[in-house]
Parts: sequence; C-alpha cells; structure tokens
Amino acid sequence: MDFATLLTFLIGVITGGLVLGFVYAIIALGYTMVYGVLQLINFAHSEVFVTGAVVGFEVFRVLAPVEMNGYLKLLIALVAAMTISGLLNVVIERLAYRPLRNSPRLVPLITAIGVSLILQDVLRVIEGFQGRFDLTYTLPNGFSAPFCGAESTCAPVGKFLTGIGVSLQLKDVILVVVSLLSLAVLNYIVNRTRLGKAIRAVAQDRVTAGLMGIDANRMISATFLIGGALGGISGVLFGMKFGTINAYSGFIPGVTAFTAAVLGGIGSIPGAVLGGLLLGVLEKLIGVTNVFGEVLGIANLGVIDDSYSKLGAFIALVLILIFKPTGLLGKSNVEKV
Amino acid sequence: MTAPTSTPNPFKNLPRAGQPDRTVLLMLFFIISSGILLASHNAPLLESLGSLGSFLKNPIVEALFVSLFLANVLFAYLWKAAPWARMLVGVGSLLFVLPLAGREDTSLLDLSIQIMIFAALALGLNIVVGLAGLLDLGYIAFFAVGAYLWGIFASPRFAEVLRYYGENPGATNAGTLAIGLFLLVVTIASLVYISRLTARTAPTALSTWSFRLASLGAVAGLTLTLRAVMVLMSGSADSLEAGINPGFFWLFLALSIMAAAIVGVLIGLPVLKLKGDYLAIITLGLGEVIRVLANNLDLYSAGSQGITPIGTASVPWFNTLAGALGFAEDQHYLLFLYALVLVVIGVILLVNVRLDRSRIGRAWIAIRDDEVAAQAMGVPLMQTKLIAFATGASFAGVMGMIFAAKQTFISPESFVLNQSIMVLAMVILGGMGSFPGVILGAGVVTLLNLRILPGLGEATANLGIPQEVNPGQLQRLIFGAILVAMMLLRPEGLLPNRRRQLELHHEDHQEDDSAQGNAGALGKGGGDVYSAGYAPAKEDDKAGGSR
Repeated sequence: MDFATLLTFLIGVITGGLVLGFVYAIIALGYTMVYGVLQLINFAHSEVFVTGAVVGFEVFRVLAPVEMNGYLKLLIALVAAMTISGLLNVVIERLAYRPLRNSPRLVPLITAIGVSLILQDVLRVIEGFQGRFDLTYTLPNGFSAPFCGAESTCAPVGKFLTGIGVSLQLKDVILVVVSLLSLAVLNYIVNRTRLGKAIRAVAQDRVTAGLMGIDANRMISATFLIGGALGGISGVLFGMKFGTINAYSGFIPGVTAFTAAVLGGIGSIPGAVLGGLLLGVLEKLIGVTNVFGEVLGIANLGVIDDSYSKLGAFIALVLILIFKPTGLLGKSNVEKV
Repeated sequence: MTAPTSTPNPFKNLPRAGQPDRTVLLMLFFIISSGILLASHNAPLLESLGSLGSFLKNPIVEALFVSLFLANVLFAYLWKAAPWARMLVGVGSLLFVLPLAGREDTSLLDLSIQIMIFAALALGLNIVVGLAGLLDLGYIAFFAVGAYLWGIFASPRFAEVLRYYGENPGATNAGTLAIGLFLLVVTIASLVYISRLTARTAPTALSTWSFRLASLGAVAGLTLTLRAVMVLMSGSADSLEAGINPGFFWLFLALSIMAAAIVGVLIGLPVLKLKGDYLAIITLGLGEVIRVLANNLDLYSAGSQGITPIGTASVPWFNTLAGALGFAEDQHYLLFLYALVLVVIGVILLVNVRLDRSRIGRAWIAIRDDEVAAQAMGVPLMQTKLIAFATGASFAGVMGMIFAAKQTFISPESFVLNQSIMVLAMVILGGMGSFPGVILGAGVVTLLNLRILPGLGEATANLGIPQEVNPGQLQRLIFGAILVAMMLLRPEGLLPNRRRQLELHHEDHQEDDSAQGNAGALGKGGGDVYSAGYAPAKEDDKAGGSR
C-alpha cells in the first residue's frame, strides 16, 4: 500500500469516525448536563436514547407507505423522539431521583441502574407485543445513497470527496447537519436565555441559586427535559446510521458516550462534544488496527473483532480516570469536607 | 489483649427483645414445613396423588414450599425461642431434612446448592458494597475467574493449551523459567517491602509508582513462569486428555481463592482511587472486558461454545459415606457438593462476622460513611479498599470453581452483566451490610430466578403470548424493580443492619429521638425507630471493649 492510498484510507476512517462521533457527542450531552446539575450518572440515559431510536423507528415505519418528503418524515421522527424521550427523562427524575436527593450517593446511583434495567425490558415488551425484537429502520428513498452521487446536481462535490477518500452517504451528512443544529440550539439555550442562566446557576450552587429566587426543582426538570430531548435526537440519528437497533442496544453507545463526557470533562458541554468526536475517531481507528499492522509490517493481527473495538471505550475510560480524571476541558474539583 | 467479656454477639444483637417466647410455634412450624417439603419431593407419593401430585410438582408451588421451609432457618434466627429449639431447627433443617428430601428429588439438592453459591456471592459483594460502600458492577468477573481456573485445567482444554505451547515454544524454556521466577520473587519481595513502608508513612509519588511497577513485574513474572511450565509440560499432553487428576480439586480450591483475590487486587489497584459513581461504571466495564476475553480467547476458554466436560471432584470416602446413608450412586456427587458448599458458606459467614467486628471491618464502615474523615483518622484508604475487593473476590472465586465442578460446563453466558446485577439485587433486597439479610436476598432472588420465573414462563407459554413478552424472560425488569423499589421504599433492606439503618434514616431520628424502640417490628414496615437506650450502649461497648 503506497502513501497516497494510505492517506485516503486514513481520511476515510477519520471522517467515518467523526460522523459516529457526532452521535456520541449528542448522547454525551445528556449525561454531562444531568451530571452538571445533580452530580449523578444517569444510567437510564442509555435507555432514554434507545427510546428515541424506537420512536424514530415507529415513525418511519408508520410513514413508510405515505407519499411525503423524506426530510419531512425525518423532522416528524425527530420531534416525536425528542418529545417522548424528554418527557420520559423528566418522569424518571420526578419518580426515581427526586425522592432520593438527600440520600447517600450510592442510593440514587443504584436506583438509576434499576430504572435502566426496567426500561430495557419495557421497551422490549412494547415491541415484543408486535412480535419484533430487532428493529430495522425503513429509511426514506435516497437516504442511504452516496452523498452527491453521479446523477445529482452536486456531483462534482461528491467526486471530489470520493477522490480524497471520503465516502459519505446522504444520511451521514444529514446526521452531521442535525447534530450541528442541535448543538447550536443548545448553545443558545444554555448561554443566551434566562432558562440557561438559571440552569447554570443551579449547577454551580443549588442552595445559593435557590436564595436568588430560582426554583431548583424546576430547573433540574428542565435539564432532564433538554437532556432527554437530546437523547431522543441521538437515538433517531443512531438508528438511521446503523439501521438496526433493539431494546438492549443502548448499553455500549451509552458507555461510550459516558466515556466521551468524562474525556471532555464531565459537566462541560464543549467537552462532551470534543470527547464524543475523539472517541468516534478512536473507535474507527481501533477497528482498522490490523491494516496498520500490515502496512507498517509489525504484525499480522488478523481480523480485529468488533467486540474489541467496543472495549476501546472502557480502556480509554480507565486510562483517562487514572491520568486525567478532570478530563480535557473540565475544571478540577477538590473535595472539601 | 484478652477478648473482652462483653463482646457483642452478632446473633444476640438483634431485635428479639420484647418478643414473646415462640419456642412452640417455631417447632410447630419446623415440623409442618419439613413435612410439606418431604412430601412434595417424594415421587411415589406424588404419583399416588394424581392431579394434586402434578400440581405440587409445579415449579411455582415448589418454590413456595422451599421458601416456606427456608423460612424455618430465618425464624430460628429471628424469633425468641429456647436455644435448643433454634439450634435444632437450624441444624436439623440444613443437615437432615434438606438432604433427606433431596434423596428423593435431586433437583432440590441442585437448587439448594445454587442458592448457597449465590448466597456466598452475595456475601462477598456485601463486603464490597455493603461494608466498604464501593459499588462494584462487575463482580461476576471474579466468579468467572474461579470457574475458568478449574474449567481450563480440569477439562480437555488443558491438553490443547499444552499442545499449543508444545508447538509454539517461543524462547528457551529454562531461560524463560529462570527469568520468570526471578521476576516473581523480586517483585513480590518489593511489593511486601513497599506495602510495609507505606503502611506507616504517607504514600509518596515514588512509592505509588514503584508499587505499580512491582505489580506489573509480578504479573509479567507469573506469566513467564506459567508459560515456561506449560512448555515443559507439553510433552505429557496426551496423558492429560481429560484434564488434570481430580485429586487436585482441593489444591485448586485454595488456588481459586488466591487467583480471584489477585485479580481483585489487580483490578482494584487502578480503579479504587475513583469516587463511587466512576468506580461503578469502570467495574461495569472491566466485568465486560473479562466476558469479552472469555468469548474471544478461544485457545483457553473455547469461546462462546464454552468448556465441557469439566472434571468433577473425586472423593471416594464421601461416596462410601453417602452410600451408607442410603443415597443412590448418581446422587453422591451432588450430596458431596451440598456438604462442601455448606461448609464453605459456613466458613465465609464466620470470616464475615469476624471481619465485621475487626479493625478492618470498622475501617470499611468508616470509609463507607466518610472517606475523608476516615483518612483523617488514619485509615489507609487504598489498602483497606483493596482488602475489601480481594476478600469479596475470593468468595466469588471459590464458589466459581465449585460452580464449574458442579455444572461440568461453563460458557461466557454465565458471566454477563445481568448476573452481576442479580447479585447486587440480592444484596440490596436483603440489606446492605447485613449478613442474614443478604443470605435471605440470595434465597429469594435465586428461587425467583430458577423456579418462579421459569414456572410463570411455562404457565403462560400456552396462552399464545409472544416469546418477547413471556414473564419468564423479564429478569431485567424484575431485578430493576427490586433495586428501585428497595431504594425508594426501604433502602436498608428486608433484614437491615442496625447501623446502616440508622444512617439511612438519619433525618427521621432527629424528630423521633424519644420514641421507644419497637425493634422487633420487622414485619411492620417501619422497624426503623431509634431505640434510645439500646443500640448506643452496644456501640460504646464495642468501641471501649476492643481498645
């Protein structure tokens, strides 16, 4: 393999990783926002995300026979997933976390694990009543076609991208655009609105924020709503990208996204995005380690099993927590008595 | 230092004061429930009963009878009764009635062994979660270590591994062996030295790093030594076609404890620095790593198809004994395992109770309650947490090995995240930090998992419900519901540990301080009223007595 081929190959792998990374980034935002206000790992977030994916599947399935613009279908799927996942997250917080807010830290954590398990089976049963387990997305026509294919008007762009090694499908581009839009909206809400200011105040110091007249409980609910809505978006995007999901498929992306949040510095919104992108690229790179081994003549590593590349996230998490527990963009947090 | 005369006895420390004497009730209950158990597991009797017999054989009904019977032991522990009666019920139930019923129906013995294996796991996790307050979501990995240790050596896998090494010897054996042994001795010596050093002084960056380096060296040395031994042994691969001699069972029982403890320390070293929630997610990841390794290291673990047949223990003298007691040939082995598990769990319980009342146990509880304060009081955090991890792991390791010897088949399926969560559910249900509690939790959850859920599944299979909705498959929902419901409604568990209970209901007591203790009211849902004169006296006793 000569240098130019290797370079285009690498560019292809890295763009693929970045696309995947956007999904992780949006999921990671849900973890990081909740952690920011409550210092709680919301284990149930991976199921909130799968709920979004299931809602997206249902919308596309129901709308499949309807003659409608594909983008409109996507919009409906996204809005439905955002609403349902967001409300689900709020309900979880209200029922399972709020009563335990003053308990020892272990208690809400165990509850979160329990909620996550319950939701997995509930989702499985809901789909199971219709005899389904693996849910395969029926995407609108053209979503899986190459981005700017030969016949389309933007064929030169597509040709250029293919030339430098980037092979994208239309749905990958949609995924990146939707992610960037949600990031922009989130950024606006958190940094420019009164609501965002109040949420940041609660995250900084709940008691003092209360003294300033902010209803901390409402702000926490709002955070769960936003985090859940982001989970819903990422669910639909994840389902679109991978095509097939089931009730249990939230675990690995959930842990990866959590790792992304930790890598970027948990509680930090830009950190979550950065961490997500880095981990997406890392996962893709681990997946092609064998190619590097071959090119560099180190070893014939054979086929790298998919399960190993999933483990990359865990190993990254262990290393980050040992060497830089505050993450890349996080603030150091000295424990005070 | 002599043992103080007023050492609080854990079995007397419990809410029995103020109860009426229930000796008669206890004996009555014992006789009735034993009778039901014996009758419902007597095949000829069930035959003769016709349709009633087949109803009694239903797994759900069976689970009901077994739990009724096991409630004996619980009541013997909880109720106020004459000591002889409690002794008789406890010993009689486990040593006579259960094996007797098992003689007619081996599946009952099997069930009891499973319950006790999980009880041991729950006791081990209880040390980590309940006493030291470290949430470990990958606990089943240590169970896997014990299981695979015996599984690899006592099965045809061993011969295959040897053959592989015979064909790929790598470097010269004698050299590898020498280097490996040298590394091992040097690193272990330095480990001991460093830990002695750091026990007295505050750990420095140098000592932490040299400790890590030495541990790495120890692992490398162990690997090299093992590899060299494998290569040297590879000539005898053909004679080991069925694995090693089952006579090594007892040696491996000790080895499995050590191996699991070592793995516990190795996993613990990097992760125990972390705070609770991070620790949870990391242990979850490491549990998953061990499962993936078991799934992918085909040479050692045979991958996802699992290892089989795994050798069983050979104990001729026990077989003679069992034969003399009237057990059939094919029941000897199960009876042996039952006795073995009973002894092991007795030892584990003893270790637990002694540890709980020791310096280490108090250090664990101190760490759980407030890490910073504990450290300020001179508790070496890392060392104490590592001991908790290793102790918990070793219980799982030994039971893992017994599990492998019992099933004669293991595959990565038995060591998935769900199993870790199941053990956690046992601990939470029974009560974190409470030994009788987690045993009760293990009994309830295992019965639920092995009898009631499959029973429900069978019962509903004919109703035309899709497989996905079958209640027999809803383990996650049920374990999740146990975790959430217990945390919301009764975080101290069904049979709470008094100290833990007081902590978890800290706010309640501030208004309730004057209330009279109704400590006996376990079943009344409350049970958490602070008994002003009672517990504090005991606590003071303990602190004063052992200093």
